[in-house]
Amino acid sequence: MAAYTLKVRRFQPESGDGPYWETFDVELDPTLSVLDGLLQAKDRDDGSLAVRCSCRAAICGSCGVKINGQSALACKTQIGEAKEIANRRDGGSEPIVVEPMGNMPVIKDLVTDMESTHWTKIRRVTPWLLPEGDPPEREYIVPPESMIDITQSMACIQCGACVSSCLSMEADPDFIGPAALAKAYRFVGDPRDAETEERLHDLANDPHGIYDCTHCFSCIDACPKGVAPMDQIMRLRRKATAGYEIDDHNNGMRHEHAFVKIIESKGTLDESLLLQESFAPGLKGKLAPRPGAIKGLIESIPTAIRGLRSGKMRSLPKLIPGIHPKLPGDAQDNVRRIYAHAEDHSVELNLYIRGEEAEEDAPVPEAEAVPAAAIEPEPDEGGG
Amino acid sequence: MAGLKLAYWPGCVSRGFTTELHGSMALVAERLGIELVELDRANCSGAGVIAEHNQELADTLNARTFALAQQTGAPMMNICSTCQGAQSECQQRLDADSGYRAHINETLAAEGLSYDPDGFSNKNFLWVLVEDYGLDKLKAEVKRPLEGLKVGPFYGCYILRPKHRLGYDERPDRDLYLEQLIEALGGEVVEYDGARKCCGFPIITMAREVSLRQAGTHVGDALDAGADCLVTPCPLCHLNLDMQQPEAAKIVNRDLELAVLHLPQLVGLALGFEPKQLGMGRHIASTEWVQERLAAPAPA
Repeated sequence: MAAYTLKVRRFQPESGDGPYWETFDVELDPTLSVLDGLLQAKDRDDGSLAVRCSCRAAICGSCGVKINGQSALACKTQIGEAKEIANRRDGGSEPIVVEPMGNMPVIKDLVTDMESTHWTKIRRVTPWLLPEGDPPEREYIVPPESMIDITQSMACIQCGACVSSCLSMEADPDFIGPAALAKAYRFVGDPRDAETEERLHDLANDPHGIYDCTHCFSCIDACPKGVAPMDQIMRLRRKATAGYEIDDHNNGMRHEHAFVKIIESKGTLDESLLLQESFAPGLKGKLAPRPGAIKGLIESIPTAIRGLRSGKMRSLPKLIPGIHPKLPGDAQDNVRRIYAHAEDHSVELNLYIRGEEAEEDAPVPEAEAVPAAAIEPEPDEGGG
Repeated sequence: MAGLKLAYWPGCVSRGFTTELHGSMALVAERLGIELVELDRANCSGAGVIAEHNQELADTLNARTFALAQQTGAPMMNICSTCQGAQSECQQRLDADSGYRAHINETLAAEGLSYDPDGFSNKNFLWVLVEDYGLDKLKAEVKRPLEGLKVGPFYGCYILRPKHRLGYDERPDRDLYLEQLIEALGGEVVEYDGARKCCGFPIITMAREVSLRQAGTHVGDALDAGADCLVTPCPLCHLNLDMQQPEAAKIVNRDLELAVLHLPQLVGLALGFEPKQLGMGRHIASTEWVQERLAAPAPA
């Protein structure tokens, strides 16, 4: 048994007051969870402390909160470890800080409104199968390996921890967000679905869609089930650009293509060329610039002029796209050779499915790299 | 301790839009007795964009960089959080699967290169300073303690998350190093909301407003908390926080003027270099306030 202090952000709407902090002293084994601590406080000190929970075993996804600023399930976070993290900087007796999840309204204390953000966004991506034609008389038959790709997104328990942690959503509440986009990939990657391209078109062209993700990795660290929502968003982008070549209104494909092309020809990044090619490849490439792209290019001009004036961009030539030097000697040829190989056929290694090798030279079975046990059954998607 | 020798990957931006970073790194390394072997044949890390396009392509390109570093016989160092993150992502896949690695090395063989995970290390300058050089040793080199200078740390996502990939299992305090470093240099840490958030740069060409709102919010929060400057180990964060600062100010609808220093610049100031030597005149947000602060007598 050990003593812990929980500093809880509380909000009791019926009181008419704003949110406030309250500390609770609890006593329990360090291997028990923060949720156990909260329930002890509710039991012994204040029955009005509101916290949502059900299974207490990281399966139902009900008890999402922020612990020391990190979005997580309260039942999956050991209280002893939470205390250590709270005191990392000072090594003292700082309390464990528990707050309601972010990016969603608080109903009461640690209970947030999952409906107005999370579930609304989930519904936004049409989270059901849209097969072609009438359903078969019996079950759909697909080869097992065609489903492996989406098992990671199927592991989602809809707890909202990723939504709570999302830094793009902080800046843009309309962002579809990590949970819903991971769910979208679950259907985009499903061989039974007939609307793959439509779904990708929709998500690539929505200004709050896949190109609104700022690549901050917060959702990867927040997810208690290893879904890595950002990785699923990157898969959606890969399918939209490399797979279906969807020339979206957000310049997502053009930016990616420009970047990839520049490294192939120069080895390192020519920033001026990237700006120009992302917005208006028509000036040098085949595609005609779209009106929005011209606007983007014009918006970048004040920044470029300031950069030139401050000497940041070295000199005028730095601003002229395309004169950036290649890698020396035969190095650039070798980069091109790598491109020729990888663009021809590309392997995608999913570590969620593959796992990491325990030992350095463990034998790798070729095709059956996926142990059956690693594929988790789809959990009840209604949980939450 | 014999001087550190490192295979040095400067990245693209430090030789493009932020040359002051590359220049100040060279000065600081020399002063600290760190020998840098520059990897001038190495290629862009892909910044996550190439991996988004084609994973094997990104993994092969970065394995090439790792192999070039290994040829020098020295551990690898970068000065860009984004390179660190993008390279670590590829390294994780390469290290996880020997069959996959063999396939990648086959492509590299034509150039006489091969990546061997055994003993390979690639660290951002921040990690090198704290873990390999040592903050006590650095303290002994300080000629001009940054007394009275209030510094807001800004890490950049790519050296913070995901923790498992970035060595936090063994080095759990990596997300506190900037604070430790600022204090070691005699400065004062400013706590503000944005230190570990995203600068927004990755979506600047795709969702400009959302991107600049992130940058503007963090700069504003740091100003409200009393910061004299920010310091960042990531030149891409620098682009959004400094170069785009006037544009970000328009989006968040307030005046913003806050110097954003590159990590080697902050270290260089404490080592006694003049702001001009460190290229501090090349920033968009004026660094004059920082210079005034350091020139003023230390507060009682």
